[in-house]
Amino acid sequence: MKEIIANIDWSPLWISLKTGVVSTAVAFFLGLLIARFVMYRSQKTKWILDGIFTLPLVLPPTVAGFLLLLLFSLKRPLGIFLDTTFNFRFVQTWAGCVLAAIVIAFPLMYRNTRSAFEQVDVTMIYAARTLGLSERKTFWKVILPIAAPGVASGTVLAFARALGEYGATVMLAGNILGKTRTVSTAIAAETASGNYTVAGFWVVVIICLSFLIIVTINVITGRGMKQIRRWK
Amino acid sequence: MALSVDITKRLGNFFLNVSFETVGGIMGILGKSGCGKSMTLKCIAGIEKPDTGRIVLDGKVLFDSEQHINLIPQKRSVGYLFQNYALFPSMTVEENIAVTMKGTKEEKRARVQKELERFGLSGLEKQYPGQLSGGQAQRVALARMLVTKPAIILLDEPFSALDASLKEKLQEDLFQMMSNYGGEVIMVTHDRNEVYKFCPSLMVMNDGHTVMTGGTRDIFKDPEYYDAAVITGCKNISAARRIDDFTVEATDWHMILHTAKRAEEDIRYVGIRAMNVEDETDGSKENTIPVRLHDSMQTQFDIMLYCESVDDPNVILTRRTAKYSDEFIPAAEPEFWRLPPESLLLLK
Repeated sequence: MKEIIANIDWSPLWISLKTGVVSTAVAFFLGLLIARFVMYRSQKTKWILDGIFTLPLVLPPTVAGFLLLLLFSLKRPLGIFLDTTFNFRFVQTWAGCVLAAIVIAFPLMYRNTRSAFEQVDVTMIYAARTLGLSERKTFWKVILPIAAPGVASGTVLAFARALGEYGATVMLAGNILGKTRTVSTAIAAETASGNYTVAGFWVVVIICLSFLIIVTINVITGRGMKQIRRWK
Repeated sequence: MALSVDITKRLGNFFLNVSFETVGGIMGILGKSGCGKSMTLKCIAGIEKPDTGRIVLDGKVLFDSEQHINLIPQKRSVGYLFQNYALFPSMTVEENIAVTMKGTKEEKRARVQKELERFGLSGLEKQYPGQLSGGQAQRVALARMLVTKPAIILLDEPFSALDASLKEKLQEDLFQMMSNYGGEVIMVTHDRNEVYKFCPSLMVMNDGHTVMTGGTRDIFKDPEYYDAAVITGCKNISAARRIDDFTVEATDWHMILHTAKRAEEDIRYVGIRAMNVEDETDGSKENTIPVRLHDSMQTQFDIMLYCESVDDPNVILTRRTAKYSDEFIPAAEPEFWRLPPESLLLLK
C-alpha cells in the first residue's frame, strides 16, 4: 500500500481541483447573472429559458461532450477560427476540461440560485426601489444576502459536479496524463487497464472529498435548518 | 395641489378605476379586502403600472399614459410603508436605516443614532429584524423611509399585523409621527374606526372603483351611495322608491318613511345606522314598525339586537345600544322600532 501511494502520480487530483475551482468560479457568476436575468422575464419566457439552461443537467454528459466537440473540434469552423486566430484549442487541452465542467456544473448553480431568488419576498425588492436604491444595489445588497444560503449550496453542488465530471471531459479534453487526466478519468482508465489498487485509491480520495462537500453544504444551510422541527 | 390620481388598470376580471386628489394631511382609503386599495398605492409608488391615466405629485408628473411618462419608483420620492414592513432581514436595524444614506461611516453612524433616538429605538441598533416586536419593526421601517425625505407617505394597512392590545398605543404613536412629518399621508385600511379617528379626508373604494371622496365625517354622516353606506358600516338598508320630496317607500321593509332630507329623483335605497334605531311603544307614530326580538349579541361595549318585522319575518332590522354594565341586561321585549326621519340615509 505504502509503495503504491509513494509511486502515485498526484497530477489527476491537482487537475481535478484546479478544474473544479476555475469552472465553479465561472459557473458561479454565470449562474448568478443568468438566474437574475431569468427572474426579470415573463412566465412564458422563463419556462423556455429555464429549459435551455437546465438541459445539460438532464442530458447524458457524453451528449454534452459531443455537442461541444461539434462546436470546437479542430475540423469545425469555430474550432478552426479559435485555433488559427488565437492559437487556442479546447480539444485535448485543460481548457477543454474546464469548459466541459462549466457546462455540466452550470445548471446546478443556476437552478439553486434561481429557486433561492424565487424564495425572496418580492416586497423586499419593492421596498428597496421605493427607498431609491438602484437595481444594482438592490440585487447585491438586498436580494443576494437573503438568497445567500441557497446560492452557497448551489455553488458547492456545482463544485462537486465539476470535480466528478467524466463524460463530457473525456469527449472534449481526452485523457492525457499530467494534462487532462482528472481523478474521474483516472479511475476509469486504471480500472480498464486492470490497476484496481490505483483505481481504488482514487475512489477513496473521491469518497472523502464528497463527504467533505456534503458536510460543507450542511454547515452552510445549517443556519436555516435550526428552525426546522425534527420529525418524531 | 398635492397628489392627483386618475388611473385605470385591468387585471384579468378585475378593473381598477380610481380618481382622487389629496387635500393635505392624512387621507384614508377605505374598502373591503381585495377592492384594489393596495393596488392603488402600488400604482402611485410605481411598483405597478396603470394601463391609462395620470398621476401627478406636487406638479411632478409620475405617470402619464398619453405622454408615455412612467417614472421608476426610485425617482418618485414616494415613501411606502408595507404591510409586513419589508425590513431587510440580512441587515441590522442600524444597517436598515442607513441603507439609503450617503457619506462616511462616522456621518452615517451619527445620523442613524439621531434617528434611533427620535423613534425610541436606542439600544436596538445591532438587532436583526427577526428579533424585533411588531411595533419596533414598524418604527424601524418608518425611520428608514423618512430618512429619504419622501414627498408623500403611503401606509398600507399599517396595523393589520399587530396585536389588538398593542394597536391603540401604536396608532397614536404613528399618527404623532405623521403629524411631525407634516407632509401628506395616504392610509389604506379596512378599519372604519382607524379612518374615523385619524383621517380628516377619505376615499371610499369598492370593487376597484372610487365610490366617493370627501371629508370623513361628512361621508359617515351622509354616505350618499349604497356602497359607501355598506362600507361605512350601515347595518339596515332597504331598496326604496321616492314618493314625494319628503316621503319614500322602503320596499324591502314594507314601510312608508318620512325623511328630514329632501328625497331626490335618483334615490334607490334608504338606510339607517343600527345606533340610530329607537325603541317605541306607540305604533301610531310616523316611521314605526312592529317588531319581535329575533336574536341578540353582545360585544364588549354594546348590545346588538336583531328584530324581525311582525308582518314579514324575512325583514330583519338591527339596533345597537350601548352597554352600561358588564352584566348582560336583557332588553325589554320591544313592541315597535322607530326610524327617526333625521337619521335616515338616502342612497343612490
